[in-house]
Amino acid sequence: MSADIVAWLVQDGITNGAIYALLALALLLVFAVTRVIFVPQGEYVTFAALSLSLLEAGRMPGTVWILVFGGLAAAAVEGAAALRARAFAALPRIGLLYLALPAAVALVVWWAAPRQPAQWVQVLLVLAMVVPMGPILYRVAYQPLASASVLVLFIVSMAVHYVLVGLSLVFFGGEGLRARPIAEAKFRLGVVDVTAQSLWVLAASVVLILLLWLLFERSIYGKALRATAMNRVGARLVGIPTALTGYLSFTLAALIGAVSGILIAPITTLYYDTGFLIGLKGFVGAILGGMASYPLAAAGAVAVGLLEAFSSFWASTYKETIVFSILIPVLIWLSLRSRHVEEEEERE
Amino acid sequence: MSRGRVTLAIFIVCLVAAPFLLPEFYVTLMNFIGLATLVTLGLVLLTGVAGLMSFGQQVFVGFGAYATGVLTTMYAASPWLGLAAGLAFTAAAALGLGLITVRLSGHYLPISTIAWGIAFYYAFGNLEILGRYNGIQGIPPVALGGWLLDTGRESYALIWALTLAALVAAANLLDSRPGRAIRALRFRATMAEAFGVDTARLKLIVFLYAALLAALSGWLYAHFLRFVSPGPFSVHIGIEYLFMAVVGGAANVWGAVMGASLLTLLKEWLKDILPKFFQQSGNYEVIVFGLLMLPLLHRAREGLAPLVARLAGAGRRAAAPTGAVVMLARRERPAAGEPLLEVSGLRKNFGGLAAVRDVSFAMRAGEILGLIGPNGAGKSTLFNLVTGVLPSDGGEIRFRGERIDGLPSRRIARLGIARTFQHVNLVGAMSVLDNVAIGAHLRGGKGTVAAMLRLDRDEERRLLAQAAHEIRRVRLESHLADPAGSLPLGQQRLVEIARALAADPVLLLLDEPAAGLRYQEKRALAELLRRLRAEGVSILLVEHDMEFVMGLVDRLVVMDFGERIAEGLPAAVQSDPVVIEAYLGGVT
Repeated sequence: MSADIVAWLVQDGITNGAIYALLALALLLVFAVTRVIFVPQGEYVTFAALSLSLLEAGRMPGTVWILVFGGLAAAAVEGAAALRARAFAALPRIGLLYLALPAAVALVVWWAAPRQPAQWVQVLLVLAMVVPMGPILYRVAYQPLASASVLVLFIVSMAVHYVLVGLSLVFFGGEGLRARPIAEAKFRLGVVDVTAQSLWVLAASVVLILLLWLLFERSIYGKALRATAMNRVGARLVGIPTALTGYLSFTLAALIGAVSGILIAPITTLYYDTGFLIGLKGFVGAILGGMASYPLAAAGAVAVGLLEAFSSFWASTYKETIVFSILIPVLIWLSLRSRHVEEEEERE
Repeated sequence: MSRGRVTLAIFIVCLVAAPFLLPEFYVTLMNFIGLATLVTLGLVLLTGVAGLMSFGQQVFVGFGAYATGVLTTMYAASPWLGLAAGLAFTAAAALGLGLITVRLSGHYLPISTIAWGIAFYYAFGNLEILGRYNGIQGIPPVALGGWLLDTGRESYALIWALTLAALVAAANLLDSRPGRAIRALRFRATMAEAFGVDTARLKLIVFLYAALLAALSGWLYAHFLRFVSPGPFSVHIGIEYLFMAVVGGAANVWGAVMGASLLTLLKEWLKDILPKFFQQSGNYEVIVFGLLMLPLLHRAREGLAPLVARLAGAGRRAAAPTGAVVMLARRERPAAGEPLLEVSGLRKNFGGLAAVRDVSFAMRAGEILGLIGPNGAGKSTLFNLVTGVLPSDGGEIRFRGERIDGLPSRRIARLGIARTFQHVNLVGAMSVLDNVAIGAHLRGGKGTVAAMLRLDRDEERRLLAQAAHEIRRVRLESHLADPAGSLPLGQQRLVEIARALAADPVLLLLDEPAAGLRYQEKRALAELLRRLRAEGVSILLVEHDMEFVMGLVDRLVVMDFGERIAEGLPAAVQSDPVVIEAYLGGVT
């Protein structure tokens, strides 16, 4: 294997690894705050990437329908709760948030799509479509079960994944799509050509990770998230609205997923169900990092990206088998480390 | 004949009649239902009953199918050899994967099952010997003697005979000594360990059984369709098996039949109509499946089995065995006055808090020792240290001269130490009789295989008779068949005591047994404890009700802030100024 192949594989691995790192952070964030193993994280990536491709082609992505109908479902749930509690004053807010806002986004996209606006406008439209999916999913699927066990929430995630991947097939079809790169330049860096797009990916990942760090360390919302992650009951006792932290973490996760999708769209051809595997690779990264620390999770995700790049060179057909098998030694290690009898985490 | 048996009989008659009445298409569909039922049944035990979640059962189905596929097509081996090989390979793989993952906390198992699901799907699709994505064709049908099972109807007979056998075996298992322990795994693992159950081993056994059922399903599948390809072993099929288990619910094994039937039929129907609706082909049924699961999980997490159980009256009521039963052998007891429990210099810290600080005391056989102290004094922590529920940070505990600190709680249980829990620790959905019988776990020895084959009935009668005897001792015989969770808290504490008694203890540790009892019940309890003392049972008692304690105990140990502050006869302790200060907060 020559040096330039190694360099090229490393570049490829780090670019993909940066995406996995973003997803690993989102998964860890959602798990820590809400105890949800958010399998559908990868679906945000698919929806964002494929929506961007459709917008480039001047077509309206079906993603808006998730927004509109998801908003409708959330409004129904919220509205019913408000009516039961006789809190009529809340109704206009619910209508604005879950009905008017999604409808407005849908109208803008419907108007703008055939006019093929500038790329940055398309990116904004994609964010406007995908990010609200986070709070809507949380409201409809997870919040009614906020106190359920990790395992029940896991099944909910599987159900949500099923719905989203099915809708993805409806909206985007079975064909693979690839978007135009944000930057097409290439640089010569030593022995290897570095594409501007992969620099974009790296830069965006680093910036997002820094922003997350600032959020957690410097803002009151970040501190509330951390408090909820550590002790849900305690957080509620000191007045942190734990449902709000749920919304916040899901919104952040959707934002991270959407950004990942926008970044990856020009690099890889994505199919309606590609997100599942991408998201799970983020998971593998998070587990490699012990499911506890953000920097370790990011490092684990980059390791996954590198492993994937090299195994696709040596044994391309076994790429996925190799990537998902590295969990085994990690789990053995975790298993040897845990000595105590499992304390039952759920209650009857 | 009970209603449950009538329902079962009708079910079997329908199953036998079906292939003669239904057209070929529906027979095939029924075959798929049977195949899915086998896998789902394993998941009902694994996920619903034992609380271990797997999205990777399709991999074991694949092992069963590919093992026989390779052996019968390339080596012209008998399908029966293929079955043996598939089961052996699956057992080895499941043991390996299980050893790694069942010890880890809840969510690691499902995540790793997804991971190995993906890993093996791509391995199935890329291995030359497995025919890559084209799969293996020309698998021969199963031959029974000279009879070749090469039609759908003949496969039906084989599939459903084995499925029924698996269902009956699983139902037998749940209604047995290991079955009771399995039902405690999900929510009550600490309690089960305290009565001698090796929960990690038991989890592994359930995991293995579920894997073997899946492999059996794969073997049947390969010889029914005569063709194997990677498609049916993708992660999404694994998720569907789990959905089937959720739809059916874990209340009883028949939930597996219901979940498998409903989703198989629904999928068939949706595959027919949805592509017409969307005007392109694709697996659109996943949308409906997902949308279906959400309200089910929100509103009816128990699944549909309880509903049907009510209609069919399938829930057999627990009953004490009647007729002559040879009672279980009892442990020899130490002579009164022998040193029994010696605690010296015992320490336990939780972070910076010293919950137990250098506590020492000794207890002799045949006495009732009261352990009292204000809330937070460290009494329950001390209990947990003595019974091995928590590891100590220093000091020594000896039981009949033997060091027991550092032993796991199931080993300590073996020595004849039984306890109750301050926070009642019963399996709420299980009858009082079954809950108490868990206490006698170590007095039986029949395992899972014997239980499935009903070879354990003699021992089971003796265990249940013993449990019923202990229930009469705490005067709960009228509630014997009720779900333990339906009793008021005070009576649940009595169930805890009966369960501890069923272990035939030398030393009984009672954590606030009188809390929640009425006056008459307290008197009866005190009388029972005195009788136990006369029988040679030593009792260590934590209790807040001073009247109850003072009239009962031989000696008292008083704790405050993790330290022993007094020890002696009740009257002396009561007038000890240090004790009065601890309780009343320094009245001067």
